[in-house]
Amino acid sequence: MNMAVSSMRPRAARRLRWGRLTPYWFVLPWVVGLAVFTLGPLLFSLVISFFDWPIIGAHHFIGFDNYSTMFTNDPLFWQALGVTFKFAAIFVPLNLVSALLLAMLLSRPARGLSIYRTLFYLPAVVSGVALALVWGWVFDGQYGLLNYLLSLVGISGPDWLNDPHWTLLAMVIASLWSQGAAMLIFLAALKNIPVELYEAAGIDGAGRLMTFLRITIPMISPTILFNLITSIIAAFQTLTLALVMTNGGPVRATYFYALYVYQNAFQGFQMGYASANAWIMFLIIIALTLIVFKSSPRWVYYEGDVRGN
Amino acid sequence: MAVTRQPVQLRARRLGRHALLILCSLFFLGPFFWMLTTALKPAREVLVYPPILIPSSLHFENFSAAWNAAAFGTYLKNSLTVAGLDTVAQIISSALVAYGFARFRFRGRDALFAILLASMMIPWDVTMIPRYIEFKAFGWIDTLKPLIVPNFFGGPFFIFLLRQFLLGVPRELDEAARIDGANALTTFLLVIVPLLRPALIVVGVFEFFDAWNDYLGPLIFLNSDANYTLMLGIAQFHGMFTGQTNVQPLMAVTLIACIPPLIGFFLAQRHITQGIATTGIK
Repeated sequence: MNMAVSSMRPRAARRLRWGRLTPYWFVLPWVVGLAVFTLGPLLFSLVISFFDWPIIGAHHFIGFDNYSTMFTNDPLFWQALGVTFKFAAIFVPLNLVSALLLAMLLSRPARGLSIYRTLFYLPAVVSGVALALVWGWVFDGQYGLLNYLLSLVGISGPDWLNDPHWTLLAMVIASLWSQGAAMLIFLAALKNIPVELYEAAGIDGAGRLMTFLRITIPMISPTILFNLITSIIAAFQTLTLALVMTNGGPVRATYFYALYVYQNAFQGFQMGYASANAWIMFLIIIALTLIVFKSSPRWVYYEGDVRGN
Repeated sequence: MAVTRQPVQLRARRLGRHALLILCSLFFLGPFFWMLTTALKPAREVLVYPPILIPSSLHFENFSAAWNAAAFGTYLKNSLTVAGLDTVAQIISSALVAYGFARFRFRGRDALFAILLASMMIPWDVTMIPRYIEFKAFGWIDTLKPLIVPNFFGGPFFIFLLRQFLLGVPRELDEAARIDGANALTTFLLVIVPLLRPALIVVGVFEFFDAWNDYLGPLIFLNSDANYTLMLGIAQFHGMFTGQTNVQPLMAVTLIACIPPLIGFFLAQRHITQGIATTGIK
């Protein structure tokens, strides 16, 4: 029926409506946006990283000077890099492990499960300034909730945000508060594991630890890879927390790399130097992601992959 | 023996799990409770040790007092403008682009899609400086435009999410519309958009969260008080005082600022849970 109807329409008109250019019209907005707001700025940033480019006034080409100054003559660069790596080294594994444990806790049936899932995800909704301010008050050394709770179990808590030994850890704890998305992603992956695998392991007499290591971990390894990469990228871009909670202090214990870039650009007004800073961070993120991806064939198991055994 | 022992062990294990779940809930809910109780207390019960967890009386007037301590009404209006327009713009533009990627074969498609995925990795720090220079040249600094206009061009994460969703939807419906002589735009509006509805809700809610909670964008692109968004205004309010002197109004205003995203979350909860679940599984 349809055939008969449509064949009566003029061919040319139809071709005009579903022409070869049609798909391009649909993706055009993104292509334009990419050029104007992402790729253009990315290239521009690379260019000005080779310039002395104050926010007002003349700019001139200085070759690799920004890069060499950073590496040889700027202790703040190393400080910021150190703080960020230290934060990532603590935050990334903790974030993955706790999100996975929470997901496992939620993956088996129990009463009120959907309520717990909602509660655990809730903080992810209010990230940013609200998170920084609320946790700043929780961590208050004098009147804060955390030290009060610690005192109940006989621990005298530190002055979290004023003691340089503890501030970075405080930021890790606050950041773990909004791990809801990672948890939900793990939860979905756990639910996708076929029950038969666990049943077979049970018949073979495998213990809980063995089942976890030999079935659960391999089956969710693609999801671990995904969460690992997003956690690394998030850790390296941490800025709002540092800006609002500590402004990098005390004694630059929370002087994150992103804060260093921000201050060079918008308080020091050295756009060229700050762009060079930002490119180093970009290269570090690319390098880390590549390392993780290169290592992934050794530990990530994709179902349907045919591989020699 | 073994038969009677098993249920006892099971019950112990179940109790243990519930204890763990409750303990974890304390971590996730504690700060919310701490914010709420601080906001509602009589002022003299805020800076005391040991802290008073249950206030002796509730003072809802703390909220209006805090709200009037700065131009929060103006900030709220700006936040609603930005978050509202961003949400609508992002839904429309991302859906159009996702449709293009999911339902057509065209030269360069796979390369473009690879670029889209890669562009998600570009850190904000790299583009914020050139964007500032660019927007300054446009005359957009200290206006809401830098926070709004880019959302009319689709976000890579949302395009990816919608494309994945569309790939899972059978093509029969849109192909039938095509055979019936509908043009591409009509097919998109009358067939694809209704099919995408649950995923579009996820995109809308996430974009709303992002725009509402954004701090760095407003911090960099806005200068004058009259243009501040709520989060920027609150952070500014926090910075005006030293120590804990303004902690009560601060918690009251922060609590108010948390309400819109929380409402959005509860309205769209089911869709969000499913939406996030599909992002991690490729």
